[in-house]
Amino acid sequence: MFRDAWAVFVKDLRIEAASRVGLWQVLPFAAIALLLFAFALGPSHRVLASGAAGVTWVGVVFATFLIVGRSQSIEAGAGISESQRLAGIDPAGVFLGKAGAVAVQLLAVEGLLGVGARLLLDFHCARWWLVIVASLLATIGLSAAGTLYGALVGATRARETLLPMLVLPVLVPVLIAAVRLWQAAGVAEGQGLAGWLSILGTFAVIYTAAGILFYGQVQEHS
Amino acid sequence: MKRHRLTITGWAAAVSLIATAILGILITPQDVTQKEYSRFLYLHPPMAWVAYLAFGVAALSSVLYLWPRTRREAFDHLALASVEAGVLFTGLVLVTGSMWAEPVWGTYWVWDARLTATALMFVLFLGYLAFRRTGGTKQNIARRSAIVALISFIDVPIVHFSVLWWNTLHQGPSVLTPGLSAQGVHGSMAWTMLLSFVAFTLLFCWMVGRRTALERLRASAGGSELQDAIAARRAEGTSVEVGA
Amino acid sequence: MLAVRWVEMEALALHNVVALDGTFPVLAGASFEAPQGSLVAILGGNGAGKTSMLRTLAGLTTIVEGSGRVLGFDLSTQASGLVGNVCLLGHGTGLYEELSPQANLKFLATIGRLDRSGVASSLQRVGLTGRTATTPLQQLSAGQRRRAALASLILRSPALWLMDEPHASLDRGGRALVDALVAEAVGRGSTVVLTSHDANEASEAADLVVELVGGATSGARRGGGGIRHVS
Repeated sequence: MFRDAWAVFVKDLRIEAASRVGLWQVLPFAAIALLLFAFALGPSHRVLASGAAGVTWVGVVFATFLIVGRSQSIEAGAGISESQRLAGIDPAGVFLGKAGAVAVQLLAVEGLLGVGARLLLDFHCARWWLVIVASLLATIGLSAAGTLYGALVGATRARETLLPMLVLPVLVPVLIAAVRLWQAAGVAEGQGLAGWLSILGTFAVIYTAAGILFYGQVQEHS
Repeated sequence: MKRHRLTITGWAAAVSLIATAILGILITPQDVTQKEYSRFLYLHPPMAWVAYLAFGVAALSSVLYLWPRTRREAFDHLALASVEAGVLFTGLVLVTGSMWAEPVWGTYWVWDARLTATALMFVLFLGYLAFRRTGGTKQNIARRSAIVALISFIDVPIVHFSVLWWNTLHQGPSVLTPGLSAQGVHGSMAWTMLLSFVAFTLLFCWMVGRRTALERLRASAGGSELQDAIAARRAEGTSVEVGA
Repeated sequence: MLAVRWVEMEALALHNVVALDGTFPVLAGASFEAPQGSLVAILGGNGAGKTSMLRTLAGLTTIVEGSGRVLGFDLSTQASGLVGNVCLLGHGTGLYEELSPQANLKFLATIGRLDRSGVASSLQRVGLTGRTATTPLQQLSAGQRRRAALASLILRSPALWLMDEPHASLDRGGRALVDALVAEAVGRGSTVVLTSHDANEASEAADLVVELVGGATSGARRGGGGIRHVS
C-alpha cells in the first residue's frame, strides 16, 4: 500500500510540476478570491483583520475543488485506470498518494493566502505553532475528504457541479475549526483549543480511514 | 402477507395521525406563554425524530449493502427510500421550526447548533439524492451512493459539535430559553406528543414500505429488459448485413 | 503450479458468454477455445464487440450468462486472479500524457512490482531512445506514443496479451515491430489475442480466427499460423 502510495504521490506531483496547472491557475485564483473578499468587506482595517482567517479558509476550501478536480482529471486518460487495475495497483495506495499530492498543493495555497492575509488584511499572529498545527490537520481532512468525493463524483457526468454540492456541507466542520483556531492564534491566549483541534483530528482520521476502506469500491466499474 | 402488513401499517398511520390532530387541536390546552403555537409540539419534534430515524436506517442499510456477505439489492432500495423520506421530513422540520420560531423567538432563524446542523444534514442528504441521479450501472450507483450515505451520516455528529462550539463560544444561548420546560408538559399534552411520535413513525414505515416496493418493481422490470437487449444485440449483426 | 494448470486446460475458453458493460450486453453469446501459446485474431465490423471481447478476457466486464475461463481463472468468480497476468493495449495508450515514456514505465514497474532494469531495454526494443524516451508523451507523434504503449507491454510481458488493433496508426516499421513482438511473445509461450479489420492478413498470421457478429461468435476457424515464421 505505502509503496504504491509513494509512487502515485511522486507521479502526481511530477505531473503538476510539468503542467503547472496549480501554479498558473489555482494560486492566482486563490489570490483573486482574497482580493474579492477584501473588496466585499470594505477598507476598514478592523473589519479586515477580524475577517482575515475566515477569508483565508473560504479561499482554501474553494481551491480544494480545483485541486481535487485536476487530481481526478489526470486519471481520466484513455486506458489508464484499466491498465493500472490489471497491473495490480492497490486502491488504498492510490487514495493515499493522491490525497498526499493534493495536501502538498493545498499547503502551498494556504501559505500564499496566509502571507496575503498578513500583508493585506492585517492578520496578526501571536502563536505560530497553533497556525501550523491547525493548518496541517485541516489540510489532511480537506485532502482526504476531497479525494474520496472527487473519485465518487469523478466517473459521473456533471462532476463540476456535483462535487461542490456534495463536498461543501461535508467540509463545514473543517472550515469552522480552522477559522476559529487561526483567530485564536491571533491572541496570546484563548480557551477551547483542544475541542477545535480534536474536531480537525477526528475529521482527518475518519476521512482518511474511509478513503483507505472505500477507494477500491469507488473505482470498480462493474 | 407482506403487502397485507403494509396496508395495516398505512391504516394505523392514518388513524393515529387523525387522532393526533384531534387531540392536538381540540383537546389539549394551549400553553401559557406560547399560546396556540405550542401545538407545533405534536408536529415538529416527531418529524425531527423521523428524520433522524430515516438517516439512521439509510446508514445502516448502506453498511449492510457494502458488506459483501449481506449485500442485497433490497438494502439499496431501503436506503434510497429512507433518504427520500428523511430529506422530506428534514425539510418539513425546518419549515415548521421557522413557522414556530417567528412568533415565539421573534425571528425565523437563529444560528443555533441544532438548527444549523439540521440544515447541513438536509443539504448533505439532498446531495445524496442528486448523486443518485447521475449515470452509471445499477450496481455502480448502489455501491457509490451507499458510501455517500455512510460518510454523510458519520459527518453529522462532527458537524453538530463544530456548530455547537462555533455558536456557544461567541454568543450567548439566551435566545433559546423561553420554552415549555419551565412549566412542564401537561398530562394530556404528554400523551398527545407520545401518540404523535407513534403516528409519524408509522407514517414513515408505510412510506418507506411503499417506496421500496416500487423500487423492487422497477428492478424486476429491468430483468426482462436484459433478454430483449441480448436479442436486439444479436440482431444488430444480421440487420447490418442485410443493409449492406 | 499455474503452469501445470495451463497445460491441462485451454488458456482461453468461453462458452456462450453474455457480458455486460454497464447495462448493455456487449457480448451476446460468445464461444471459442484456444490453447496456451497461440495467436488468436478477432475479426468483425464496427460495433461487433471486438474490443468488448478483449475487455471480457481481461475480466473487466460483468458476465451474466455462460461461462469463461482465462489462464485457469473463472471469469465470473476469480477474475481478480488475472491481475498481473494480463495486459490490455486499447485505443488509448494507458499512459500519462504529461510524463515521458521513461517516467511512465518506471511508474508501471513500481506498481506492478517489476524489475526497473526492464524499463530501458523495453524502450530500446521499440526504438524510443535518447530524447524521445524523456520527452512528455503529449509532445510525441501518434506513432511514437503507440510505441511507448508497446514498450509498457514488453515491460510486463504477461501470460496473456490483449491487443486492440495493434497495427493502427503505425508506419511500416512499426507494423513489423508489432509482428515481431507478437511472434516473440507466442514463442515464449504467452497467449496473444488481437483484433483486426484485415481478414486476409489476420487469417495468415493467426492460429485461430474468431469472427464476431452482433456480439456473438459466428464462427471460428484455423488460421495459417504464419506468425511463427516472423523473425
